[in-house]
Amino acid sequence: MSTANSATSGASKPASTRAKPANKFEAAADWTDGRLGIYTLAKSNLRKIFPDHWSFMLGEICLYTFIIIILTGVYLTLFFKPSMAETVYHGTYAPLNGIRMSEAYASTMDISFEVRGGLLIRQIHHWAAIVFVAAMLVHMMRVFFTGAFRKPREINWLFGAGLLFLGMFDGFMGYSLPDDLLSGTGIRFMEGAILAVPLVGTYLQFFLYGGQFPGTDIVPRFFTIHVLLIPGIMLGLLVAHLILVFYHKHTQFAGPGRTEKNVVGMPLMPVYMAKAGGFFFLVFGVIAAASAIATVNPIWAYGPYRPDQVSTDAQPDWYMGFSEGLIRVMPGWEIRAWGHTLNLGVFIPLMVFPLVLMAIWVYPFIEAWVTGDKREHHIADRPRNAPVRTGFGAAWISLYVLLLIGGGNDLLATHLHLSINSITYFVRVGFFVVPVLTFFITKRWCLGLQRRDKDKVLHGRESGVIKRLPHGEFVEIHEQLPQDKLYKLTAHEQPQPLELPAEVDENGVARKAGPIAKTRAKLSEAFYGEGGQIAKPTAEEHHEITSGHGHH
Amino acid sequence: MKKLSARRRHPLAALVVLLLALAATGGLYAAFAPAEKAQADTSAQSLAIEEGKKLFAVGCSSCHGLDGQGSSDGPSLVGVGSAAVDFQVGTGRMPAQQSGAQVPSKKVVYSQAQIDQLAAYVASLGPGPVAPTKEQYTSTDPNDVAKGGELFRTNCAQCHNFAGKGGALTKGKYAPTLENTSPKHIYEAMQTGPQNMPSFPDTTMPEEQKKQIVAFVSHTNDEPSPGGLSLGSLGPVTEGLFGWIFALGALIVTAIWVAAHTTKAKKS
Repeated sequence: MSTANSATSGASKPASTRAKPANKFEAAADWTDGRLGIYTLAKSNLRKIFPDHWSFMLGEICLYTFIIIILTGVYLTLFFKPSMAETVYHGTYAPLNGIRMSEAYASTMDISFEVRGGLLIRQIHHWAAIVFVAAMLVHMMRVFFTGAFRKPREINWLFGAGLLFLGMFDGFMGYSLPDDLLSGTGIRFMEGAILAVPLVGTYLQFFLYGGQFPGTDIVPRFFTIHVLLIPGIMLGLLVAHLILVFYHKHTQFAGPGRTEKNVVGMPLMPVYMAKAGGFFFLVFGVIAAASAIATVNPIWAYGPYRPDQVSTDAQPDWYMGFSEGLIRVMPGWEIRAWGHTLNLGVFIPLMVFPLVLMAIWVYPFIEAWVTGDKREHHIADRPRNAPVRTGFGAAWISLYVLLLIGGGNDLLATHLHLSINSITYFVRVGFFVVPVLTFFITKRWCLGLQRRDKDKVLHGRESGVIKRLPHGEFVEIHEQLPQDKLYKLTAHEQPQPLELPAEVDENGVARKAGPIAKTRAKLSEAFYGEGGQIAKPTAEEHHEITSGHGHH
Repeated sequence: MKKLSARRRHPLAALVVLLLALAATGGLYAAFAPAEKAQADTSAQSLAIEEGKKLFAVGCSSCHGLDGQGSSDGPSLVGVGSAAVDFQVGTGRMPAQQSGAQVPSKKVVYSQAQIDQLAAYVASLGPGPVAPTKEQYTSTDPNDVAKGGELFRTNCAQCHNFAGKGGALTKGKYAPTLENTSPKHIYEAMQTGPQNMPSFPDTTMPEEQKKQIVAFVSHTNDEPSPGGLSLGSLGPVTEGLFGWIFALGALIVTAIWVAAHTTKAKKS
């Protein structure tokens, strides 16, 4: 089951001494090998081992939805006209008959109502995009909570972060293209955000939009960026991401026979390839089914964009929702001085927007610095065994969800019969309070689970069988855990907090620790000190308890 | 005069006076009496106002005052017109159950005949928007839907949403959904501007345009969603929820299923 020996015979023999190919497949393989060297590639990669765990397939969901998006996107470009030239609609959708609109909107209407399969492909494209970014976020959280970002995978963590960031913006550009009322509102929103940048805002806006809003340039420009520039970069990052996954090999959860130096699982060929290939079609199937069941971005209902019109429920797609929340809960502060206005109500959210994402992306480097750990890690952590990290991740999620609530405050208000003002005030206060509370609750929770694990290791599983002793006492029989379970519960290592070097060294020279070293030691104490983890049971403790007689 | 005066005691004088009086009364009656039909209408109208006044005294006067002059609990109804009464009472908003951010529509408590009587009474307090006739709010031109859509997106969508599904206003107030609102009531709402809604009188929005908007809303309510479930026509928020819960949820369940079906050294 571990990394394997070659399955492809004859690869190492020189071509001249090789026997005649047995059949035409082998002949074809030989032909290709002579030109591309596939035998060497195959030898080193086909028996690559992948560990089996459902959470390791989240990245695959991202990969497959990305492929689905590209395939359907190509189909859509065949019919979409990225032009803001004005036209009058005379298509099959009667409720818009005779309405003025842009070519972009009219061609999206045609894709939806006249092109064969167009509406389904459009919906697959859009649903796949929604799921793509969602899956990337979940994949990222899996990597985060299991500590799979640790050395040697830090760079791949950043590649992933780049993919998420680009995915969000490509999605934003994508739903801006049809030039419907909602997408136009989104572009208008972006214009406002750019204008809020001090000094250069106006110039940036003119540069990007080619003049005053809306102009005629923004849709064609977004089109090029959406179908060419960003997907190109994403494809490059994706390949690099996958190459690094191959190079580093996959992480695995602790278990008997699994070490930092091996990978236990299925070989790529044939098992994992079949599984992954099959999973692609399952993903495509689920996305296609969702697209056939539910409508997404019904542009015909929004109507064409006109700068004088707007509809309520004008939210961005979910992955931009937290920026909407930032804008909605921010008080409308302004500073007016020297004939200029600094629009803090928009500028501060604009600055906090990247910080929210950066907060989670820099965490691996902070953790590496605090722990001072330079070793490689290939065994994934259970979240409970890293309470500070888990607490931080949960706090980040709570902040993110809170901002989503802020972004959807109007729908929350109407559907839960609340006041939109109360929701906004709640989010304002919660922005500062909820993540802190979440951090402490999650950390305590992790510690509780660690205690529970310790208890299970030492005292076994509660069997549910109640025994009455001769003197009348009732006790529950505890069953010892099997060896492999014990291993899983105790395999994690527990780092010790860093200690500051002695104030006076062996030669009597005073060495004062700088403020950075002191901060680091303090953080390290917080991570791994007394309140940071529960000491796991030692073999001696376990032996002492289990070697005795009786139930306990 | 002397001649007339000399005969005033004539035995037939009383008869002559009587005949003259009768002729004058009959002539005046013939000259001034309204046509027989109009005469009947007036009595029905005044009857309706009478009945309406009684209903008003029982159901409305505690807040709006005995003469509809208003009080600290309810606004004056002088000049709101029959359209306002037909809308407020016809959608169940009035009589209000309790004060609050906004009075919601609920079960209608009066019959249409009673509503008409109440409307007649309130209309008699002062001139105001008149409840529309069926011709006013029923569109016959198929192009009205497209025109109404454009008007709707310009004037209504910012509160009621692009498909008339409603939206939030400040401090617990809201623009209600138009899904189950009858064409007549939509028309009346535009005429009268109930609660937080601005009014769109004929001077700013001609009758024709109101009719087109009604046509658009009715069409939107009846139109099946071409792309599958509409998810409430509430925009990207519900789409995001659906994508996370059902699409990504299904994919994760699938992943768990795939990962669970593998060769294992030990079956767990």
